[in-house]
Amino acid sequence: MANHVLLIEDEPNIMEAIRFILSRDGWKVTCHADGATAMAAIQRALPDVVVLDVMLPNRSGFDILKDLRGDPALKDLPVLMLTAKGQAKDRELAALLGSNDFMTKPFSNAEVRDRLRAMVRHG
Amino acid sequence: MGGQAGDGRGMARSALTGTRIRERRTVLGIKQADLARMAEISPSYLNLIEHNRRRIGGKLLTRIARSLAVEVSALTQGAEATLIDQLGEAAAAHPEIDAEVQRIDEFVGRFPGWAALIQDLQRRTGQLERRVASLVDRMAHDPILSTSLHELLTKVSAIKSTASILMETEDLDHNWTYRFHRNLQADSQKLAEGAAALVDYLDAEKDAELGLVSPQEEVEAWLNRHQFHFPGLETEVPDLVESVIGRNQALRSAPARELARAHLHRYRHEALAMPLEAFTAAALAEDFDPARLAMRFDCELPAVFRRLASLPSDSGLTQIGLVACDGAGALTLRKSSDLLSMPRFGAACALWPLYRALAQPMAPVRAVLEGASRPGQRFLAYAISHATYPQGFAGPAIYESLMVMIPPARLEPPDDIGPPQIVGTSCRVCPLRGCPARREPTILADGFDSGASNPQ
Repeated sequence: MANHVLLIEDEPNIMEAIRFILSRDGWKVTCHADGATAMAAIQRALPDVVVLDVMLPNRSGFDILKDLRGDPALKDLPVLMLTAKGQAKDRELAALLGSNDFMTKPFSNAEVRDRLRAMVRHG
Repeated sequence: MGGQAGDGRGMARSALTGTRIRERRTVLGIKQADLARMAEISPSYLNLIEHNRRRIGGKLLTRIARSLAVEVSALTQGAEATLIDQLGEAAAAHPEIDAEVQRIDEFVGRFPGWAALIQDLQRRTGQLERRVASLVDRMAHDPILSTSLHELLTKVSAIKSTASILMETEDLDHNWTYRFHRNLQADSQKLAEGAAALVDYLDAEKDAELGLVSPQEEVEAWLNRHQFHFPGLETEVPDLVESVIGRNQALRSAPARELARAHLHRYRHEALAMPLEAFTAAALAEDFDPARLAMRFDCELPAVFRRLASLPSDSGLTQIGLVACDGAGALTLRKSSDLLSMPRFGAACALWPLYRALAQPMAPVRAVLEGASRPGQRFLAYAISHATYPQGFAGPAIYESLMVMIPPARLEPPDDIGPPQIVGTSCRVCPLRGCPARREPTILADGFDSGASNPQ
């Protein structure tokens, strides 16, 4: 059975590129673009792993991650944070809130794929 | 006494106090030994002074000036005082270099060109440091810049991922190829637009006074460029405050414009209460005494202080300085003056009457001051502090203290004030020895000699 990744990203062309790459790698990919409804989307989809952008409309990825870690059913869900802000403080905040991994834009397709494979393998 | 300082023949070329003494003595045909005797010091010590190997001030300088029939100021005033101050600041900024600060006078006297070069480099270094700090602050906090860069990186990411797919996927079908080409084209277009917008934004800012760290500094620089005088606000009608603000390119930030607007509205109010022509005439008639001017025009003392500092340059009073601080002692307004250097950052000299006034609200303070690094150059200072209650009885009293500085060329300090108080700019660059108000060591270890204990 294919691993399921939920991609929460508001940039449609990044969303499409990642969906294409991961689909060809055998993943089941679902996408969501809005921060405010992201938690409901995660609870509904119950994916194996989440790719979570930090800068989202209506609600930041950090807030969503915080809620995830506070939900007993989702507190162990692997999360890869994705942001254009590569500053150390963002990385530190992501780690503090319980992110499993962190990548900055621009990223390489292969690296996203490899990181997600590793997260599912170790999750 | 006096009146002969400008009689030429060398005096105009003089750079330093010692050099001026030597030149003046030569002009008058007085032997060094004779002048030394008149000044009650040894000829060898006078020789050191004349070669700028000893700093001089206080009573000794007064005796020498009297012997040479000139005002003390004729021997001390000039650009070199500012130059020496700024070289001292340069040394303070680089304590690791261990510059021979006790020989600044000698250095300025022997190598005026090099000294001017260091002064200029120090000034430019300061400008660049402030610009870097300003840019770093903008990078961290400017929401427009931050959002623009985020959008650019997002577009770059989309283009990079899409291009990789097109390059690395050998069996990509026609539909996907078309979609990715379309995405590339759209993202490239948005990237180009975003980059152009960012360049426009940065271009619009490049002429701004990025070296100015805060809105307050922005406003102060602008006020000093106008010497605190705005002819357009002196007339009865119309009120041109918005016009002055609106056409000004030096006030770029919204907070600076707001501060400037508040200043100009108050200026306008005070200009109407103390009309320029009448106020200038009264100031001359009253020897610039703020208390008497306040009574004449039925205005508060702080308003009179500000009005004195706003007198136009053609009245010959451009050296009237003004400084204000809040209840915490932080300087909130500085009108540049040759009379007294003001620190750009940090606290000023605790001996300024400005702070004495702060400690006793509504009690006027008057003093004759002498800059520690400008011996013999005295001026009159008036200070007053007052409270405002912006939140009424429920809120705290907000204190402000102001000090106005009157140049000595325009009046003789009254005799009833007492001996001059020697003050500095701030402790680090103050040469005054044994100062009871010192809070940190000076880098000018040797200070100057007041003549109190001259070797004979």
